[in-house]
Amino acid sequence: MKEQNKVFITGNEAVGKAAIDAGCQFYAGYPITPQNELTAYMSRQMRKAGRVFIQAESELAAVNMVFGAAAAGARAMTSSSSPGISLKQEGISYLAGAELPAVIVNAQRGGPGLGNIGPSQSDYFQATRGGGHGDYRTIVLAPTSVEEAYTFTCLAFDLADFYRMPVVILSDAIIGQMAEGIVFRPPSRKYSLPPKDWALGRAKGQQNIIRSLYLGERVLEKHNLKLQRKYRLIERKEVRFHKHLPREASLLIVAYGSMYRLAKDIAVELEGKKNKKSVGIFCPLSLWPFPYKALAQACARVKNVLVLEMSYGQMLEDVKLALGRQKPIYFFGRAGGEVPEVDEVCRFILKHKLI
Amino acid sequence: MNFKRPRSLKDKITHYCPGCGHGVVHRLVAEVIDELRIRRKTVGIAPVGCAVLAYDYWDFDVSEAAHGRALAVATGIKRVRPDLVVFSYQGDGDLAAIGTAETLHAANRAENLTCIFINNACYGMTGAQMAPTTAIGQKTATTPGGRSPQEGDGYPLIISELLARLRGVCFVERTTVITPSDVLKTKKAILKAFLNQINKRGFSLVEVLSPCPTGWGLSPQKAAEFIKEKLSREFPLGVIKDEA
Repeated sequence: MKEQNKVFITGNEAVGKAAIDAGCQFYAGYPITPQNELTAYMSRQMRKAGRVFIQAESELAAVNMVFGAAAAGARAMTSSSSPGISLKQEGISYLAGAELPAVIVNAQRGGPGLGNIGPSQSDYFQATRGGGHGDYRTIVLAPTSVEEAYTFTCLAFDLADFYRMPVVILSDAIIGQMAEGIVFRPPSRKYSLPPKDWALGRAKGQQNIIRSLYLGERVLEKHNLKLQRKYRLIERKEVRFHKHLPREASLLIVAYGSMYRLAKDIAVELEGKKNKKSVGIFCPLSLWPFPYKALAQACARVKNVLVLEMSYGQMLEDVKLALGRQKPIYFFGRAGGEVPEVDEVCRFILKHKLI
Repeated sequence: MNFKRPRSLKDKITHYCPGCGHGVVHRLVAEVIDELRIRRKTVGIAPVGCAVLAYDYWDFDVSEAAHGRALAVATGIKRVRPDLVVFSYQGDGDLAAIGTAETLHAANRAENLTCIFINNACYGMTGAQMAPTTAIGQKTATTPGGRSPQEGDGYPLIISELLARLRGVCFVERTTVITPSDVLKTKKAILKAFLNQINKRGFSLVEVLSPCPTGWGLSPQKAAEFIKEKLSREFPLGVIKDEA
């Protein structure tokens, strides 16, 4: 691809561009830092493209407008940052219950409560365990670059339509606000998407009902089992990850999102110090479904595992589920809007003799 | 007169209590949709509350909405499908308590929607607790001594009058369904509220003071009297705004 096709753009705006390119017809958002660039971008570009942009009166209204647009068969998206995503959980649970496709973007910031506006990965539990009420899952994609913010958002719309469920793009203040030069190349479409005959206003003769209420005896159980079958299918089909595993690696760093970038810097720094490639990196791109098997396989040859997060150990629990007692698992994390530094993580690795 | 079931209404026995106003208003909505010949392009939003199962009785597309979010959901549908006729059907708790923000802002954006607001002055579904529209002195499951502003229960919320002040709202009328003449007036108001949407006039709302004999602990006759003597004094009947 030619260099002149490159565009210098922030992660938040790349998400917006992807939504436009993926045919998103409806966007509703509410102001919150650090994702304001995305709402501003959508306010310009959606209306320019003849599509719908609404600045909603609340996060609740925004996600429920998305519910309506999705129920009418449109591709729809909303975005926010951590405190706003907490408010959206009601709508996400209803989207999951009613099997409606939608894309929800979370540019994570420090918490809990109002927290601060620094980058964070402290919403991992909320994103991967459901967040709202009821037995449901959302597909969670975590981009590690501006380019992936673009391609993953394009992909998210296809996944949402294919599986009829909400898909979460989990980025953070770093991925959202940094700018990189990228070429807009939508990923090739591998999902065959049938017409949305279930949507409202199709006038096909039958009555279409969008619902998540099932009162009859065992009817809700049956609905839940159907959802569970869908989730098991996704666990088989939609696992995504990056893996760098040099032959001589003795340590595997497990990190996602912006921490994957830090892990790569750490690997280079330690290669300089030790004169060999002693660090491998495993980066889950789909946080749900989590790449349990692939991670267990990647660990086979290394001696130690280090989980690196901007939280106090949330993905760590999935790593433990993947590895059990197979390897010693170490953890390094900072949160509250603070970003671990390469030097302090290298010191930690050397102090604990992980390589 | 040839009395028959509207095409937009299914041949089903409803789960509503004897004397409840929902059945009457469901039928009026169905009659209006038939008369406007819009059944195949109408979408209703069922609320959380007694009327959540409205799709079991109406024979056109219906979406549920989370409690209070009906007009946000309606906004999403109407904005991506302006060719559809979209209405919300909401109770007092849904529209004027947990969903006040969604109601006010959809109206204020002049969303081209129709809202049918069933005011029965209590949360009928959950055992008749106090609603924002419960009358002063009215006994409910959570105001056993009667609603008392002095005790901190607040005043009956006149949401229709508040909405009528907004520039985005073109039509607000309050009616009831306790006499045949009231029923006819309600139908006329509902027809107007749908016509306004078809003619792209913006936001229209019809508030119906609706009897809840079970929730009020009254016979259907006494419930009708309660509306006439008490509720319609807190919430005066008539056209509140008509700029259509």
